[in-house]
Amino acid sequence: MKIPYYPGCTLHERALDFDVSARECAKTLGVELEELPIWTCCGAVFPLVTDSVMEILAPVRNLAYASREGDKLVTLCSFCYHVLKRANRTIRTDPEKAEKANLFLRADTEAREEIESYTREDYTGQVEVIHFLEMLRDLVGYEAVAKKVRRKLKDLRVAPYYGCMLLRPKKEMEFDDPEQPSIFEEFLETLGCDVVDFPMKTECCGGFQIVSDEDLAIACSRNVVSSAIKRGADVIVTTCPLCRYNLDKKQEEMAKEVRGFRKIPVIYFTQLLGIALGIDGEHIDFTDNYVDPRPVLAEKSLL
Amino acid sequence: MRLRITSEHIKGDIIKRVEDLSGQSLLECYQCGKCSAGCPVVNEMDVIPSEVIRLLQLGQADEALDSKTIWICASCLQCASKCPKGVEFSSICDALRQIVLRKRLSTPRMDADEVSAIMVSDAPQMGVVGALRKLNG
Amino acid sequence: MEERIGVFVCHCGSNIAGVVDVKRVAEELGKYPGVAHSTDYTYMCSDPGQNLVKDAIKEHNLTGVIVAACSPTLHEATFRRAGRVAGVNPYQVEIANIREHCSWVHQGEKEAATEKAIKIIKTMVEKARLDEALDPISVPMTHKALVVGAGIAGIQAALDIANAGHEVVLVEKSPSVGGHMAQLSETFPTLDCSQCIMTPKMVEVSQHPRINLMTYSEIDDVAGFVGNFKVKIRKKAAYVDRDACTGCGVCVEKCPVKTESEFDEGLAMRKAIYTPFPQAVPNKPVLDPEHCTYFLKDGKCGICQKVCPVGCVDYEQKDEIIEEEVGAIVVATGYDLYPIENMGEYGGGKYADVITGLQFERMLSASGPTEGEVRRPSDGKEPKEIVFLTCCGSRDPEAHMPYCSKVCCMYLTKHAMLYKHKVHDGQAYVFYMDVRTAGKGYEEFYTRAAEEDDVLYIRGKVSKIYEEDGKVMVWGVDTLTGKKVEIAADMAVLGLATVPNVAAKKLANKLKIHTDEWGFLAEAHPKLRPVESLAPGFYLAGAAQGPKDIPEAVAQASGAASKVAHLFAEEEYHREPIIAWIDEDTCAGCRVCISVCPYDAAEFDEENGIAKIQEAICEGCGACIAACPSASAQQRNLTDEQVYKMVSAALEG
Repeated sequence: MKIPYYPGCTLHERALDFDVSARECAKTLGVELEELPIWTCCGAVFPLVTDSVMEILAPVRNLAYASREGDKLVTLCSFCYHVLKRANRTIRTDPEKAEKANLFLRADTEAREEIESYTREDYTGQVEVIHFLEMLRDLVGYEAVAKKVRRKLKDLRVAPYYGCMLLRPKKEMEFDDPEQPSIFEEFLETLGCDVVDFPMKTECCGGFQIVSDEDLAIACSRNVVSSAIKRGADVIVTTCPLCRYNLDKKQEEMAKEVRGFRKIPVIYFTQLLGIALGIDGEHIDFTDNYVDPRPVLAEKSLL
Repeated sequence: MRLRITSEHIKGDIIKRVEDLSGQSLLECYQCGKCSAGCPVVNEMDVIPSEVIRLLQLGQADEALDSKTIWICASCLQCASKCPKGVEFSSICDALRQIVLRKRLSTPRMDADEVSAIMVSDAPQMGVVGALRKLNG
Repeated sequence: MEERIGVFVCHCGSNIAGVVDVKRVAEELGKYPGVAHSTDYTYMCSDPGQNLVKDAIKEHNLTGVIVAACSPTLHEATFRRAGRVAGVNPYQVEIANIREHCSWVHQGEKEAATEKAIKIIKTMVEKARLDEALDPISVPMTHKALVVGAGIAGIQAALDIANAGHEVVLVEKSPSVGGHMAQLSETFPTLDCSQCIMTPKMVEVSQHPRINLMTYSEIDDVAGFVGNFKVKIRKKAAYVDRDACTGCGVCVEKCPVKTESEFDEGLAMRKAIYTPFPQAVPNKPVLDPEHCTYFLKDGKCGICQKVCPVGCVDYEQKDEIIEEEVGAIVVATGYDLYPIENMGEYGGGKYADVITGLQFERMLSASGPTEGEVRRPSDGKEPKEIVFLTCCGSRDPEAHMPYCSKVCCMYLTKHAMLYKHKVHDGQAYVFYMDVRTAGKGYEEFYTRAAEEDDVLYIRGKVSKIYEEDGKVMVWGVDTLTGKKVEIAADMAVLGLATVPNVAAKKLANKLKIHTDEWGFLAEAHPKLRPVESLAPGFYLAGAAQGPKDIPEAVAQASGAASKVAHLFAEEEYHREPIIAWIDEDTCAGCRVCISVCPYDAAEFDEENGIAKIQEAICEGCGACIAACPSASAQQRNLTDEQVYKMVSAALEG
């Protein structure tokens, strides 16, 4: 099975560990992630004001590119997923904005011949944006994933962290129950993990505020990390590079503030999947992690 | 402190602008405060989310625009997700930020050259782009 | 006889006269063929206005009357009564609607409106010229009522109807009467024990000579019409001959199977063969085959049958259908709580110490699973801090129910107060948006809770509840100080929305009575007919019609009972005669009318090979008249000839 794939800027550079592990996992599961031949940044945040047209052009442009490659588009980063899915919905439900956005796309085509074939026709919202987790559940099937598991992770206590962007707003994301979601837990159970239910799994990590108000964001991250530690997790898994950054790298600051702070590794769910599928170590890279997961993984005989 | 409430304020242009830009009807809010109760950054706010809406209901647009609150919001959408009346404070907050940023009512909360070197070299791009778009416009 | 029709044009103050030139209308109609008298007046419905009509009937020897005024739904009955008094058959008195159909919709077009008013009245004159004198149809009536649901509303309605001298069949789906009120501990605002005031009524209803109580039974089917309903009642297999059973309880004692008790809201266990609670009426068990080993494992066990001293356990028992004929039906099917599992942000259904208001009632009840002691479900410890949440699922149009459930403010206040009476050093918090205390003695009760029992009311909604370190962590807000608040409580009690009973919606479909969009039974008029359904012969009582507390439910039940007594005060039931009839000379017996009749009023006369309309059943809907290929089906006072002449008058000029 081949499926168009949108990595997004962060996975293209800072979160290569996320991108590489995901591609390798997909391959093992018989899915070829075909990176869009041409793509740009999605804009990173979805505009919440009603007069936004410029602000949705980037995601719509990417969706228009994707429409030439297939009827689905897989993403991994929570922010990309959120922005692409909501921009797609805007095109589907707001004819006025759709028309304006398409006018801009046509201007693109005139300006740059090489993208002509990608924006020849109006984009009407025909692409279905799906998250890698949804792809595993709905296209590959958790049962098929379970059959490919080589290493059972039953001794590993894993806390699934959803964050904000996958779940909210419910009516637009239609991803899972925003209060008691289960897709991540079901995924981890498929891998045979000891799933740790922790109450802060849908609370905010501080998001982009890490750039402008670090203390504020760290307070948010600490709330999440402490909750998972308190519930006895060995590791937190996430779907988002910004969450990973805030929860993992900022443990240095958390440790300075809280005496006796026990650190906990934060890894991408695709890295954990890779371990379960028995994928080669070179595709599961932990060198960018502030809190090294290898000791705990070694302790559980998972390396 | 005394608030002077007048129909002129309540029906003021900025109030109307906030409603238009956010797509939210301010009077639908019945002030239950669930948005504030669930806000992860409420501790740092000078005016809590439900109070910002209340100020707008009372026509006190300037106080809402001057609040620290609108720059502290991380757009996590908990408030919008929890509201029993379907009022999205996150959108109202974005509208207030946009009014300030577009009119340059104050210096932007954040300038590109303020992003620390460590952030540029270390943080995910999405965080830097997100912050600048939300806080610089 | 030459028709002598009177036309009376009403000004309705300026409602009509402000647009329509009423003088000109009256003058024009005075010239119309068949009109013997035409006049106008400010308020025709007033006493002098009606007298004007009555006097004119006598003076001008009128044979028909047209009142050109408002909609017939408002005053048709008024003027028909006036006509009868003055000697004109009521069915020869007609209303020409020149307000809703004319002046109100043509403001600013005075000339055209006046022309239209004239035409409207002319059409009615044409109709009246051919109107026959009719009499209401009398049909026999069964002076027996069916009451569905034996909670407090159903019990009260049944007792009141029976005490008015009529037979009652009281049907209850569960094994005992009592409903939710039997589950309650003490009741606001007087704190009298619910069981103490309830059980005497439960006993009375079971022993009343005019009440036939059928518990563990459901309505299968209802046919017929007001005064003449035929009801099929399914008496569910109890696998116990409940007539022979002495209620000794040996079977219950020896039954080895335990399952969650519905009556105790899952806080205690019951047996597979059980009586729901010790004061149940009738105090005789039923066997639940979904949990019974005998039924689940192919005849293994059978202990209850072996130990029964009177041999009344019967595993072969089948459902039984009992037919009853009744004249009126009172629907008192009650309410349910909105599912706690729907409150995801509060961990409803996930955390043991987050419970429903009804669970807390059982805990507070002296006969409940903890014998009135307040205990945490998770570890049985006495909670030292409890958080009570109002509006859980109510006033939440976004995700749950938009309406106010009305009783939660009061019962949570009662809960907090009773908790403080039992745990003196405990702390109770109530999160609220508004404390709604509109009832006699309610505000005083709330004040007492806050001032004397130190219940702390916090204005704001809770956004999240989770478990941490053996506590229930509550994230709320105090909107009065503008601060987010956190409470580490031992328990949380959710004041869940009141919703119609799950089974009630299905029943409403069977009965063909209207419900609102949430499934609450719809009343005929929100203010003036609050205890009747729009469907004749159906009456509403209790929380099935909308959230209400005990005194309101009882008042409505008594209201419904008095409406039934009112209906039963006549020997026969009188119906409108504006119904269909078949011209025997032209009917070819094609039976189309029978196939289209929604009321089964058209039937086939085998002897003469033609169709017949049963006058007692026909609702006058006109379906057969439109369908009849030979125009043999006709409506009384709305014949094809009348319609033709009316249309001609409308198109003329």
